[in-house]
Formats: sequence, C-alpha cells, structure tokens
Amino acid sequence: MENRPLEYDYTVAKMFMLTTIVLGIVGMLVGVILAFELAFPSINTILGSGLAEYTNFSRLRPLHTDAVIFGFTLSGIFSTWYYVGQRVLKVSMAESGLLMFLGKLHFWLYLVGVAAVVVSLLAGVTTSKEYAEFEWPIDIAIVVVWVIFGMSIFGLIGIRREKSLYISVWYYIATFLGIAMLYLFNNMEIPTILGTSAAGESGIGAWYHSVSMYAGTNDALVEWWYGHNAVAFGFTVPIVAMIYYFLPKESGQAIYSYKLSLLSFWGLMFLYLWAGGHHLLYSTVPDWMQTMGSIFSIILILPSWGSAINMLLTMKGEWQQVAASPLIKFMVLGSTFYMFSTLEGPIQAIKSVNAIAHFTDWIVGHVHDGVLGWVGFMIMAALFHMAPRVFKREIYSKSLMASQFWIQTVGVVLYFTSMWIAGITQGMMWRAHDEFGNLAYSFIDTVTVLHPYYAIRGVGGLLYLTGFLMFAYNMYKTMSARPVEESELQSASPMGA
Amino acid sequence: MDIAQFQAYGYFILIAILVLALYGYIYHLYTVRKDSDGHDYEEYSNMALNDDITDTPVSELSKENKK
Repeated sequence: MENRPLEYDYTVAKMFMLTTIVLGIVGMLVGVILAFELAFPSINTILGSGLAEYTNFSRLRPLHTDAVIFGFTLSGIFSTWYYVGQRVLKVSMAESGLLMFLGKLHFWLYLVGVAAVVVSLLAGVTTSKEYAEFEWPIDIAIVVVWVIFGMSIFGLIGIRREKSLYISVWYYIATFLGIAMLYLFNNMEIPTILGTSAAGESGIGAWYHSVSMYAGTNDALVEWWYGHNAVAFGFTVPIVAMIYYFLPKESGQAIYSYKLSLLSFWGLMFLYLWAGGHHLLYSTVPDWMQTMGSIFSIILILPSWGSAINMLLTMKGEWQQVAASPLIKFMVLGSTFYMFSTLEGPIQAIKSVNAIAHFTDWIVGHVHDGVLGWVGFMIMAALFHMAPRVFKREIYSKSLMASQFWIQTVGVVLYFTSMWIAGITQGMMWRAHDEFGNLAYSFIDTVTVLHPYYAIRGVGGLLYLTGFLMFAYNMYKTMSARPVEESELQSASPMGA
Repeated sequence: MDIAQFQAYGYFILIAILVLALYGYIYHLYTVRKDSDGHDYEEYSNMALNDDITDTPVSELSKENKK
C-alpha cells in the first residue's frame, strides 16, 4: 500500500459520464419526438387520448429543455470538472477522503434531483417559468447539490500542488458562481400555502406550489436575466473551460495565446450579464434597458471570438490533425459553431432584425446551432478524450466516430437551415399587410407554409440522435476494448479501427 | 435628487469603473510579458500539456510555502 504510486481518481468523473450519456439520450429523444409533433400534430395523441396528457407537446417540452440543460450538459460539466480539475491542479481526489465523499454525495443527490424533476414535470407540476420550472422543494434540493459542487471545486483548489489556476479552472469557478447567483435570484418564490389572498383566504393550493416573488415586467426582466445567463454560464463558460483543456491536450499544442484566454475570460464576465434584455425587445421593459441589452449583445462578439479564434489558432501548423482525427474534428467544428452562433446571436439582438426574428423559429434555430454544434460536440469530444484515460483502454472504433461526426454535422445543418427559412418566412408573413394596414395572412397560413421545414427539422434532429446513440455505443464498447499503456495517453487518444 | 436618479448615477459610475478596470487589465496584459511571480504568461499553457500527477508544476505551491 505504501509504495503504490499516487494516481488520479476518476470514480466520480465516471459516474457523471454515465448520466451525461443516459440523460443525453433522454433529452434528445424527447426533442425529436417534439419536432415531429410540431410537423405532424397527430403524434401528440399517439398513445391515445387517455394518455394525451403525457404525450402532448406542452407537457414534454420542459422535459426536453431541462433534460438537455440540467441533465446532459450539467452532467458533462460535472464529469469534466472531476477529470480536468484534478489534472490541472495536480492533485488526486484519492488524497482526500472528504473530497471523495463529497464527490459521491454530489452524484447521488444529483440523481435524486433528476428523478424528482422528471416525475414532477411529467406530472405537470411546474412554476411555468421557462428553464426554471421546478417547484420550491426541488429548487432547495438543487441548491444543496450546487453547494456540494462548489465545495468540491474549492476543496480541490485548496489542496492543489499547482499554484496558478489554469484558465479552465477560472471558467469552472465562473460557472459555479454565475449559476448560483442566477438560480437563487430567479427562483425567489413563495409557497402558496403560506400566502393570504386579497380576499383573506389562506393555505391556498397544494403544498408544493409557489408563486414568483416578482410580478409583471420585473418578473420578465429577472427571468430573462436568468434565462440568457443560463446560456452564458451553462452553455458557454463551462464549455469554453472544456475546450481550453481538451483541444490543447488532445492535439499536443500549447494554447495559441494564454494571454488572449485571460483577456477573453474577463471580457466575457464583464459583458454577458447585461445582455439578457435582448429577450425583451419591444416589450414593456424600459427602452434604455432594451437598448443596453442590444449593445452588450453586439460587443459580446469580441470575447466570444477571442476564445474561438484562440482555439482555431492553437491548431496553427497542425491542421493535418483535423483531417486525421475525428476527435479533433469534433472540437474544431464545435469551436467554429461557437463562432457562428455568437455572431448570429448579436445579429438577432439588433432591434430592427429582432422585429422580424422575435418569437419565430429562427430563435429556435439559433439555440440549436449553438447547443448541437458547440455544446453537444464539445461534451462528446471531452468524453471521448477522457474514456481511454479513465478506462485505460483505447476508444473502440475510430471509423464509428468519424461516421457519427458526419451524420451529426448533416443533422445540425438540416436543423438550422430549415429553422432559418421557417423563421424568416414566419417573421415576414406575420408583419405583411395590405395598403390599408390589414394583415395579409392569418396564423394558419404560416403553419401551412412552414410544414416542410418542420419535417426537415425533425429529420435533422433524428440524425443527431442517431449519432448520439453511436457515441453511446462507442463509449460502451470502449469499456471492454484493447487495454493501453500509460505512454499511449500523452496526447492523441488511442483509437481502434 | 430622488432615489431613482441616485440609482441611475450610481449605475453609470459603476459601469464606468468596471470599464476602466477591464481596459486597465487589457493594457496591463498588452504591456507585460511576465506576471508578478516572474512567469511568462505563455508558460501556463503547460499546466494542461504536462498534467500527469508526477509532472513538475509550473509554479509549485509547496515550494512557495517552504520559503
């Protein structure tokens, strides 16, 4: 025992790898069902009218968004943290019994939270705030899980050997702090059972129901400050943390400019929190706030592109690796999709563009080129890189990975192109009017026109889900693939044919 | 001056300070090559590249404490 060399302990990273894959399948499967429900409404009642409550679009939609955000993405963030954190801080979780206990507690409580969310959303229990649908008992459980995550982060930092914190660690810390602040403020709510109505009634509603502490426009403002920054601190910041570690490591190249990574980090932190107002353009919030939301959204291009370009330039002189390795392909295309959606977002936040884009499918397209092309690709790439290191085996199949890459890329392209066309068509039709100012089209006219694009979107989603199942299979088979030596794990991941 | 005006001025001043701090930091990064510990900023990339538990840290914490 005494002479056993110290090793990184990936127990908790592996646990969260499992939930990343399982919840990814659930979230994406529900997404594909929803896409086809929009294209072919009869699917809403596919299991008969008795079960329609559980199969209709409105009941399943929060399950899709929350499964991919709080299931797939969060698990990916946790899993990569428990892997990257140890390595860049040069300290093993095996060195601290407390941290190991906290890590496992983090996982099991998270799993309880996930179960509560799935059951309550399927049962239709919701606060009806987008991306914050959970009722107060679940909110409290999530806060506990998050606090444990924070203790794990700062605990590991506390016993580190490396004095400086690698750029990814800064991004993970920002994820922790950002979401903690957003989640707490947006979910300020009062259980209805504690309230008294204007008429003097008390003890209203079920024990788990609550109402937001904010009202009207203020509620909308807080909600979109939260909603947009959930994108910032869930879909951007931690994913940048991943690419800053995994791309240099897999390619064996130092970051093109470490200084640029620091600059982009603080730029992103400074700008992102103000941009949420762009979700409320042409609404009842003060005009200056809408303008501020637009302006900050546009300036956000700078730090976003700072990170993305830094990653692409990291591959400078090494582009043959992109051709040779499907794993690097995922990361380079992910970075490219990041550039693409961080250009598209600011364009949509310009008031005159937003007049056409708002409430249309273009917004849905924008979200998905970001999450499918950037978040999904990067998390899968991270897990692919981790697999040989945590299982001490080569990745089962390189060709399967390459096929997956192309199938999913086609899926993403079909998704966002169909939604661009659908969204702009919708926006133009809604505002078209005749010479007297009468609207030229009724709502059903737009529905008829959009049908083929909705069907294409469904096919795009199905391709992406197919690729994800290939990923899951590849990861499963990796667990029993050819064992590898430590020396094979220095940079490029070993892969079987 | 009522509270709303006071808030508005405070808000503006806060943004101005944050902008100055950010630009100050950018200027600082632009003009110096090494940080206060004497490490070239670009050396920190090695934290990811040489991340085995037996690799030498870029700047070791325990050595720092022993001094």
